Amino acid sequence: MPTTVDPAFGALADMCAMATSDKVDETTFCEALFDPESSTPVGLVGPDGETAPKRFSVYRNNVVVSLCDALGDTFPAVKNLLGDEYFGALARAFVTRHPPKSPVLLHYGADFAGFVESFPPLEAYPYLADVARLEWAWLQAYHATDQVPLDPSRLSSVDAQSVGAVRFRRHPAAQVVTSRWPVWDLVRANRFDPSADIQIDLQLAQSVLLTRPELSVDMLLLRPGADIFVCALFDGAMLAESAEAAQKAFENFSLSDCLSDCLSTGAFADLDVA
Amino acid sequence: MFPDSPSQTPTRIDASVPARAGAGLKAEHIAEILETSADIGFFEVHAENYMGDGGMPHRQLEAIREKYPLSLHGVGLSIGGEGPLDRDHLQRLAVLNKRYEPGLFSEHLAWSSHETTYLNDLLPVPYDQETLDRVCDHIDEVQESVGRRMLLENPSTYVAFAQSTMSELDFLKEITRRTGCGLLLDVNNVHVSCTNHERSALDYLDAFPIGAVGEIHLGGHAPDQDDAGRPLLIDAHDRGVDQAVWALYEHLIASTGAIPTLIEWDNDVPAWPVLMSEAQAADRILADNSRPSIRRVG
Repeated sequence: MPTTVDPAFGALADMCAMATSDKVDETTFCEALFDPESSTPVGLVGPDGETAPKRFSVYRNNVVVSLCDALGDTFPAVKNLLGDEYFGALARAFVTRHPPKSPVLLHYGADFAGFVESFPPLEAYPYLADVARLEWAWLQAYHATDQVPLDPSRLSSVDAQSVGAVRFRRHPAAQVVTSRWPVWDLVRANRFDPSADIQIDLQLAQSVLLTRPELSVDMLLLRPGADIFVCALFDGAMLAESAEAAQKAFENFSLSDCLSDCLSTGAFADLDVA
Repeated sequence: MFPDSPSQTPTRIDASVPARAGAGLKAEHIAEILETSADIGFFEVHAENYMGDGGMPHRQLEAIREKYPLSLHGVGLSIGGEGPLDRDHLQRLAVLNKRYEPGLFSEHLAWSSHETTYLNDLLPVPYDQETLDRVCDHIDEVQESVGRRMLLENPSTYVAFAQSTMSELDFLKEITRRTGCGLLLDVNNVHVSCTNHERSALDYLDAFPIGAVGEIHLGGHAPDQDDAGRPLLIDAHDRGVDQAVWALYEHLIASTGAIPTLIEWDNDVPAWPVLMSEAQAADRILADNSRPSIRRVG
């Protein structure tokens, strides 16, 4: 794994303008928090009335470390792949460039996969961004709105002539992560099933359907063409046209198997017959 | 263990938090708490951890709320901030208050957001007139938006502002006088701040506006040293309550009577029985001083 991290500071250092008086305002405090090269603001003192760098560094440390920890909680497979030390450096770089915009930290990290993808030192590990995407999708599924999935018998009750025109509504937790890398194997080996004997074959392209019919998130490895099919259905296309799109891409696409996967995992909330 | 459907109307016990010990709720303890019907006064949660739309966290909290009173503790509102309060966040706090009917609702005398950036730490404020006016306005807005009285927690601090013109106690007293809010007295924070600023924690406690206190916090801190080698205590919540903090707590409760008391343990979280034994230690002190407190708010 690479070991260097670009030390440049981004959004925060830019955002916090310079201030000079002994009166310490938020802007001064904030700028000093994110720039370890800057000195402790004059006016923040210890009991002797003197400026106290080590005391101020407690805040510096709390801010950065707690945000890095939050990322580590959201992306444990990425962390495991990179190792604690490298992940810590990567998280620090991300935190300084993309600090959270909301106090609801369970939504922090939406930009992380994109950051990993465009992080030059990680160019040699192109699958990492998709691992992060899958972990982010898992978190969204975990916190998604509760909804009872579509009862599969609803589809059986649609008359044969109308089935092709059925449109499904995506369940709030359901998502597809499409990848040209073995993301399903990587995430299982590095997070959900670390003791399993999983051989990583980087030639393998894997796409995953995430669902949460009740409380736990399920991940299903999609069959060839199924990602095209399910994404088309989630985009509101009719069943017939979604199947056609998948068949065009994969000759052996099995409509009945893929549809049955979707229904049994709770990918849909409802259906409409045209 | 959980109700079949989130829409099922739950049967809850009364919302009011008793003058007993409670514990910060951790996801890894919930199954054991429910299975053993843990005999504890209440649970406290960080509001921000329950601001997702659905799923396991809400189902677990509802299961807890059915059996225990709840204290809702916000950590991200930035009441001490220079900018306006985040209206969306206020709305989320109002929704949680309505949904879970917590017996106590609290936030911090601190700032944690700057412009659009959330810093995820409880940062200190100067004790001057300008800050006082702003904090009071913010508390008025919180109490109006959420539709109830809130408790404000005294901070643990590592630096002081040279620009401060009043003491922390005078600052807090003036806030309660002007806004009618209650106070959450964190005894660990008192010990941490007083040690860090070389003041007497006993004097601080004895002068604290105890009539406004609706809840007490106890937690662990990590010892360190500042640049000059003076003791510097860090409010880490990563261990048991320190002996010095227990002593301050006993001193306090002997004069005030029983007040709802929370054990906070947020990092290096121990097995449930360890946290429970800390709560039981607080419960023994409360039971020894079981006359009602002077006046409780919440």
